[in-house]
Amino acid sequence: MNLTQRYRYLYKPLLFAAGVAPLAWMICGALQLFGASLGADPVKKLEHECGKTALNFLLLTLSVTPVRELTGLPQLLRLRRMLGLFAFFYAVVHFSAYLVLDLELNFRLLGADIVKRPYITIGFSALLLLLPLALTSTNGMMRRLGRRWQSLHRLIYPIAALAVWHFYWQVKRDVREPLLYVGILALLLAYRLLRWRARGAPRAAPATAPAAQLTSRSGSATAPERT
Amino acid sequence: MLTRVPRIAPSEITPPEVYFNRRTLLAGALAVVASASLPAGESAPPAESSLVYRRNPQYSVSEPPNKLEEIAGYNNFYEFGTDKESPSEVAHMLKTRPWSVAVQGEAEVTGNFDLQDLLKGQALEERVYRFRCVEAWSLVVPWVGFPLSGLLARFKPTSKAKYVKFTTLYDPRQMPGQRSSVLNWPYVEGLRIDEAMHPLTLMVVGLYGRVLPNQDGAPLRLIVPWKYGFKSIKSIVRIDFSEHQPNTAWNVAAPQEYGFYANVNPQVDHPRWSQASERRIGAPFLAARQPTLPFNGYAAQVASLYQGMDLRRYF
Repeated sequence: MNLTQRYRYLYKPLLFAAGVAPLAWMICGALQLFGASLGADPVKKLEHECGKTALNFLLLTLSVTPVRELTGLPQLLRLRRMLGLFAFFYAVVHFSAYLVLDLELNFRLLGADIVKRPYITIGFSALLLLLPLALTSTNGMMRRLGRRWQSLHRLIYPIAALAVWHFYWQVKRDVREPLLYVGILALLLAYRLLRWRARGAPRAAPATAPAAQLTSRSGSATAPERT
Repeated sequence: MLTRVPRIAPSEITPPEVYFNRRTLLAGALAVVASASLPAGESAPPAESSLVYRRNPQYSVSEPPNKLEEIAGYNNFYEFGTDKESPSEVAHMLKTRPWSVAVQGEAEVTGNFDLQDLLKGQALEERVYRFRCVEAWSLVVPWVGFPLSGLLARFKPTSKAKYVKFTTLYDPRQMPGQRSSVLNWPYVEGLRIDEAMHPLTLMVVGLYGRVLPNQDGAPLRLIVPWKYGFKSIKSIVRIDFSEHQPNTAWNVAAPQEYGFYANVNPQVDHPRWSQASERRIGAPFLAARQPTLPFNGYAAQVASLYQGMDLRRYF
């Protein structure tokens, strides 16, 4: 198998299986299968687990660039779209669990929460901002948007900050776990800042960049990815 | 990650050796049922930890109580960890015997009292109370205990005793959660003396007819059903009568979020979430959310305690 085939038939299916595993485990928990359980408050458990899984995928998405640069494995970029889409998927399940299972479709409560509770305002904004990124994740949209695609997808930075903030703010007292996420996000952002400064002033992207990136995503060449 | 909810066999809730200790510990007020005559060393049937009590329908709600697994498997007890499952996994480290309570302050009778001594002459009753956590979830719990007023009267509080302060055990070896400084240990709570003397205010030693599981605050805890759960302090080792309002654990930790009074009030939101409604643990799918009632449904009995007070200010 060449590299492209390995990604298509091995690594991506494996990553997909790993991505659906948390959901499968939660479904087993909800149905009390295989000894899994969501505990005495399954609704809260489901909300929190989906939220944390979304956050994990968001940070994994952001770690693709540093990892591929530090390991010299530029082909890892091919996994990034799936990681990002899993982040979006779990964010949607997280929000749906909150709206359907927790608020029981009480839209008045939802409106009040979004307006009055800053941590929900923040989380909801992060979800809304993720939506255009998910919708423009296809090859076709990348081609159509050209250079603007990358600018649009830089939204991932404020989204990640909002999502981690959302986690931090909803914790009652013990902020050790959210602080861990703050720390990891800070490292990932610091990496970009340092690299950007090391390279001096941001250069204008070469005219060929979007095209080169596109080919990398469709899986034939490595890309000058510099997000 | 997801954790299994420990399947709680009744015999696991309190370790057998504690059951046996209870027998001597609680002899007196807590007479033990016939099975207590089993020879020591024989494996303890659940009845070992049974309490003798009478039901008190006058002070009980008619809603169906939560399952024991819910009440003993979903706990906020930061002394044993900050998630809901840790207390049920870790609380076996707490030794509830011997147990004594120090009584100090503005009272005629003070000193150290063995728990057994404190329970003497207190008739146990079962009361099914609503329990509303400040985190907007709720339970219905069949507690076994006795009115706090009867206990406090024994110490003959003086006219200077305007408040009662309660303190939880501090011992990081038995309460590993105290090794991290999420709260200022030991946990402290307090009531105004009229709140403490109110007939609804309960000293609890049992749950579902048996001695209290450690994770629910054994061997002695407070239950104030019209206040958010954090007021109902667990594993009490000290009672102080004081002239001044005590500094209480959550109020010190986050004064804008947790007031001294902490009366359940759907009109006064927590700064970060609404208190207008709550989710009943264990309720059927999509039928768990229900409106929160003023004073958790006990307004008829307790609202008069707060006549003329601005409950937004004194939240």
